[in-house]
Amino acid sequence: MKRYTKDIDESARRITRRALVVGAVQFGIVGALGVRMQKLQIEQADQFRLLAEENRINIRLIPPARGLIFDLNGRPIAANEQNYRIVMVREDAGDVGEILERLTKLVPLDPEDLARAMEEMRRRSSFVPVTIADRLTWEDVARVSVNAPALPGITAEVGLSRIYPWGADLGHVVGYVGPVSDYDLSRIDDQDPLLQIPQFQIGKTGAENKLERRLRGSAGTKRIEVNAVGRVMRELDRKEGNSGADVQLTIDARLQSYVQARLDSVSAGAVVLDLENGDLRAVASAPTFDPNMFVRGISVADWRDLNENKFRPLAAKAVQGTYPPGSTFKIVTALAALEDGKVTPEETIRCKGWVDIYGTRFHCWKRAGHGNMNLHESLKQSCDSYYYEISQRVGIDKIAAMARKLGLGTRHDLPLSAVAEGLAPDKAWKKRVRDQDWRIGDTVNASIGQGYVLSSPLQLAVMAGRLATGRDITPRLVRAIDGKEEPSGAGEDIGLNENYLRRVRAAMDDVSNSNRGTAYRSRINAPEMKMAGKTGTSQVRRITAEERAVGVTRNEDLPWERRDHALFVSFAPVENPRFAVAVIVEHGGSGSTAAAPIARDIMLQALYDGEPPLDAYPSSDRGRIAEQQRKIRERVPPGSKGQDRA
Amino acid sequence: MSYLEYNAKYVPTGLRKLMFINWPIIVLLTAVAGYGFIMLYSVAGGSADPWMSAQVKRFGVGMVMLVGVAMVPIWFWRNVSAVAFGVSVLLLVAVEFFGAVGMGAQRWIDLGFMRLQPSELTKITLVMVLAAYYDWLPTDKTSRPQWVLVPVMIILFPTYLVLRQPDLGTALLLLMGGATIMFLAGVHWAYFATVAASGVAGLVAVFQGRGTSWQLLKDYQYRRIDTFIDPSNDPLGAGYHITQAKIALGSGGWTGRGFMQGTQSRLNFLPEKHTDFIFTTLAEEFGFVGAFTLLILYVLIIMFCVASAMGNKDRFASLLTLGVAMTFFLFFAVNMAMVTGLAPVVGVPLPLVSYGGSAMLVLLIAFGLVQSAHVHRPR
Repeated sequence: MKRYTKDIDESARRITRRALVVGAVQFGIVGALGVRMQKLQIEQADQFRLLAEENRINIRLIPPARGLIFDLNGRPIAANEQNYRIVMVREDAGDVGEILERLTKLVPLDPEDLARAMEEMRRRSSFVPVTIADRLTWEDVARVSVNAPALPGITAEVGLSRIYPWGADLGHVVGYVGPVSDYDLSRIDDQDPLLQIPQFQIGKTGAENKLERRLRGSAGTKRIEVNAVGRVMRELDRKEGNSGADVQLTIDARLQSYVQARLDSVSAGAVVLDLENGDLRAVASAPTFDPNMFVRGISVADWRDLNENKFRPLAAKAVQGTYPPGSTFKIVTALAALEDGKVTPEETIRCKGWVDIYGTRFHCWKRAGHGNMNLHESLKQSCDSYYYEISQRVGIDKIAAMARKLGLGTRHDLPLSAVAEGLAPDKAWKKRVRDQDWRIGDTVNASIGQGYVLSSPLQLAVMAGRLATGRDITPRLVRAIDGKEEPSGAGEDIGLNENYLRRVRAAMDDVSNSNRGTAYRSRINAPEMKMAGKTGTSQVRRITAEERAVGVTRNEDLPWERRDHALFVSFAPVENPRFAVAVIVEHGGSGSTAAAPIARDIMLQALYDGEPPLDAYPSSDRGRIAEQQRKIRERVPPGSKGQDRA
Repeated sequence: MSYLEYNAKYVPTGLRKLMFINWPIIVLLTAVAGYGFIMLYSVAGGSADPWMSAQVKRFGVGMVMLVGVAMVPIWFWRNVSAVAFGVSVLLLVAVEFFGAVGMGAQRWIDLGFMRLQPSELTKITLVMVLAAYYDWLPTDKTSRPQWVLVPVMIILFPTYLVLRQPDLGTALLLLMGGATIMFLAGVHWAYFATVAASGVAGLVAVFQGRGTSWQLLKDYQYRRIDTFIDPSNDPLGAGYHITQAKIALGSGGWTGRGFMQGTQSRLNFLPEKHTDFIFTTLAEEFGFVGAFTLLILYVLIIMFCVASAMGNKDRFASLLTLGVAMTFFLFFAVNMAMVTGLAPVVGVPLPLVSYGGSAMLVLLIAFGLVQSAHVHRPR
């Protein structure tokens, strides 16, 4: 009983005292916990709720369908094709190797693609679908679907990919699309989130590139709930985007196709301009390329072929290429002199075959000389001496101004890649760019479209169009976007003396239709469709005095890249012009033999809407034309395939 | 011979014992466990499997054991305290040699029918042996150095073994639980002041030693401390757990996102959502109200234990009751502090709520001892 009493009570009291201390500490800790919860859950609740939502919700973009591109007559020239592909989800597949082996027996699989897919599957989470094969035929997809039970984790998906039904015929005009690259992103100032989608297709060249903003459309969005490892749990909601606007071009795909066929593999460019409203009916460059190759992913060999071809298939010569316009420029020189009153249409200037100016001898192409030349005859026979003389009277600045007025030396605003500005040189230009004074020899050279003068086939067609109509025609390529018509390029009166214009037109009429004209052999035989034109043959090399002494080397004896460029500008019908055509055959020899026949054939196709009668051709040509037309008709009509798909 | 033996005739016997069970504690324990069942059902995505049904069974077994332990006289438990402690320390040693490696740490022995975590067992046997020690020790010797050294050794030996597994959380619990009993038993203030001072010095040593040949903690333990101090500097690595746990807690708001509506746990942003981090799910789905309710339930359990201890003049009984209460308190306080970002992440479960067998059984047995002390009080 000794321990009971005081000792026990004392011990119990001490425990009680100390327990109270411990209890106080515990209460303190519990209080801290409560305050902490209050702080996190009530004070900062909104902030954490937001973080939780950010964790949970991903916003995914829904790519819009790209706008279609049609030709003047509603034929599709850039369409979206259903594209079947096979994707694999690793976690559903189980034994990936086994499944792929079974798949290989069903559909052709590229070992390279397969290796890439395997690599991607290793890298990504097991639930991410990885594309195994792309661009499969419907038959392949059907085979896979039928065997689906034996192919767990394999599904066929359908997407949209770009197709160009006319293939190479419109390669330079429509261009092509490709996956957006880092280079693209660094180059363009575009905040569109769509560009962040891997492999998103954007226009790389041509109209696809220049009309990108309208064709692309706007992204839809869907909000999806994801878990911690990024697996999609469900879709919360979606907002559809707007598909891209459909674009109608002014190009007549059938005419374009004819032009490409006519140019064939000759290195050339040709432009057909509708004079009613400035519509470009055909903008052709040869050789050309198939834009579909780029969409599918061009092979190394094909790419090398395109790049190493000396005829430069990737260059759109019709708008990008600039060439000395040669004698076609005489139209400009003549109009400049007439407008300035420095020469009258009737005045004659004697051509003796050359002109000596300050010790330099400038030769006319005809060594014996043309004799007395007035405006009409000088254009018709393309006498150089006449222009050497009048250009000195009028001066380069007025010639350059006239060139620009007629559409040379200015950049026409078209949705095509690298539209060239060309060059209508004047004194200020030479001072600024070359830091040299203009010399009279420069004027003399420029008067016949040599020297510094440069122009593209497009510009020459515009020049012919403005001359033929007297209106300030501006070319247009887009007829309508999203059903809304673009402003016409018909233009206002250009403000040149109608009498002078008529004189020049009459001379151009004779170039084709008088038997002394330089393009008489390429005339149009139907009286109501008569074509007026002007030939041009521009040198790309200097002919030395020594060479002249022994006789100028014939073009055929020169290497290709040193031969003359052949040019022809034309409009028709003479009485009521509807089309202007300009053709340049690179290093083709003389304009009258290489360029004029092509221009005439194209013009007839345009005038008769693809069905020119044989008797519109000169009788001597008809046999050749019949053969040629048969050949072109035998070409696989590219449009037919595309129309089925569209 | 102590207080109890002299008063054995006043202690209830037979079935009358059931009447004297501290029923409020039983009710509170069941309420907390019930809360846990609901959460386990929720984190399984609305399914009793795999966690809730197993937990319910364990709770049932545990409750039977609790009552069984409560029926055995408290002096029996006092007399076997030393043996129980000895067995649990032997098991801890055994873990060193035979323990399976789970989650990077050697923590349990496979007994065939269940996996035994000796460290859990030690939590309760340490309390028992210390209470028995101070019951045996005359009170005037309590603060003598040699008699202080003995319980210090008793505490440090298992703590050392647990730390070697390594299980920092349990080691801390053992250390702090043991120290609390020494404090309650009346060991002089000066000892604790000295320990606190040297603790600070030790902490300095721990950080100074980092990266040297004598570094005291494992690298992952250092990293845990780093990320505790600033979780944001490693948001996708080790800090990820803390950050996501805070987001879950915080997004609960006043009343939570609703039962089974917690996006953080549902979408697997939370780590260990059915074990150590279950409180975050609870707080996310039931908000501040739900989380605070749980805290209140815990506090009530502690208060009933303290009240029971105060009303008990037997030294062993009251020290044991307070020791169990303290261990229980440390469990939930450390766990909550950890998931709310107030303490570093150490593996301590939320008592009776987290999924886990050993911890629940051991806790219920411990409360059986508390009940035994309560029942076998002379009246």
